[in-house]
Amino acid sequence: MPAPIIRIDNLRKTFGALTVLDGLSFDVAPGEKLALIGPSGSGKTTILRILMTLESISGGHIEVCGEQLYHMPKGAALVPADEAHLHRMRRHIGMVFQHFNLFPHKSVLDNITLAPMLTKGEPRAKAEARAMELLDMVGLADKARAMPAQLSGGQKQRAAIARALALQPRIMLFDEVTSALDPELVEEVLLVMKRLAAETDMTMLLVTHEMGFAHEFADRVLFFDRGQIVEQGPPDRIFTAPSEPRTQAFLRKIIAAGHRV
Amino acid sequence: MIDWQGYIGLILDGAAVTAELTVMGAALAVVAAFAAGLGRVSRYWPLRALATVYIEFFRGTSIFVQLFWVYFVLPFAGITLQPLQAGVLALGLNVGAYAAEVVRGAILAVPRDQIEACVALNLTRGQRMRNVILPQALPLMLPTFGNNAIELLKGTAVVSLISLKDMTFQAQVVRAQTGSTLIPFATILVLYFLFASLIGWAMRRLERRVTRGLDGVRA
Repeated sequence: MPAPIIRIDNLRKTFGALTVLDGLSFDVAPGEKLALIGPSGSGKTTILRILMTLESISGGHIEVCGEQLYHMPKGAALVPADEAHLHRMRRHIGMVFQHFNLFPHKSVLDNITLAPMLTKGEPRAKAEARAMELLDMVGLADKARAMPAQLSGGQKQRAAIARALALQPRIMLFDEVTSALDPELVEEVLLVMKRLAAETDMTMLLVTHEMGFAHEFADRVLFFDRGQIVEQGPPDRIFTAPSEPRTQAFLRKIIAAGHRV
Repeated sequence: MIDWQGYIGLILDGAAVTAELTVMGAALAVVAAFAAGLGRVSRYWPLRALATVYIEFFRGTSIFVQLFWVYFVLPFAGITLQPLQAGVLALGLNVGAYAAEVVRGAILAVPRDQIEACVALNLTRGQRMRNVILPQALPLMLPTFGNNAIELLKGTAVVSLISLKDMTFQAQVVRAQTGSTLIPFATILVLYFLFASLIGWAMRRLERRVTRGLDGVRA
């Protein structure tokens, strides 16, 4: 068993009086594909946002690629990380958002090349060549010069996936990436992600309401409720024979709502 | 019979001064607006404090008083300015204070998800501002900048107080010498309107340029 690439230890997150995550601990193995499922408000998205350093933490420790994410060593002690430390740690992690968050003033190609050119100092020619490969992979090679506003939702999300991949992070976070899409556009995004999961050894954390996709995609499924892991295991077991009543109730509700598992 | 040609020439000389003040004042105002507007959203409190003091002071006192201070009081501190320099300084800083709030407001109006995308792509704060936030904030600033520029144009009339011969000053001169109010003031009325129209036209062109490709992105 290789050392975990992510190690979450006793993580706590509160928003004012509301406790979202309460003493959460779990590890993720390198290359593992993890699906986080559970009712809204269960804290799944918050975990991704914390890993991307979009939220602060209220307590606990997170280790990413063998280093503390929110803490840094100072002498023998650990002190809260400064912006420089966070900046260094973010190299390991990429994120795809529910609402794509493409830069509306930049072409699809420029959306993808911006970060590699700025953060890695890649020359434009190299960044563009790589961007074209990625666009080819997500099926958008003909949209390189298009502006985001000219794309459909599914195309936007595929462009956003290409943008996140351009930095070659070791860990990729997908936050409800199909939730904002029209139903007929969901499939094209899921196809890209399936290929990605099959072809790369990237570690992936996926928050989703697409249970069928989670079933196919994940090596392990974590079912969350009220900021805690209620149940976890291989998708075959979680989706066909969940042992916890809360998991059973959640899956029943999802199936009743017309989602296939 | 009055030699109107000569008098109109005087007013046109004044129009050149007004144009000069407007262009140079606007240039200073843009610099001051971005410096103070960015200062207001800085994470360093001394910068925020400095920007706030500047903005509140220049918005909270009259341009008339500011101009007197710059021209008549600064010399006591050993700083003597030419009338044109004093006019540009007072007008530029005054309008820049208003425009700084426009800059700040436009920066804050850029959706939060854009900043989150920048964090996820590991851009530094400076890179986020230059490459993502300001390019999207600029189209939001321009309509109000156009208003500010026209306010600046009209504000230039106040410089006649420090002996600058702008077009309002020249109109007064012509009125005193000819006894006619209608002709000089009708002339500068038309000239101010033409200048303001020119500013409006230029700003609309600029707006079209910076919003290219953003069609349909925001209203």
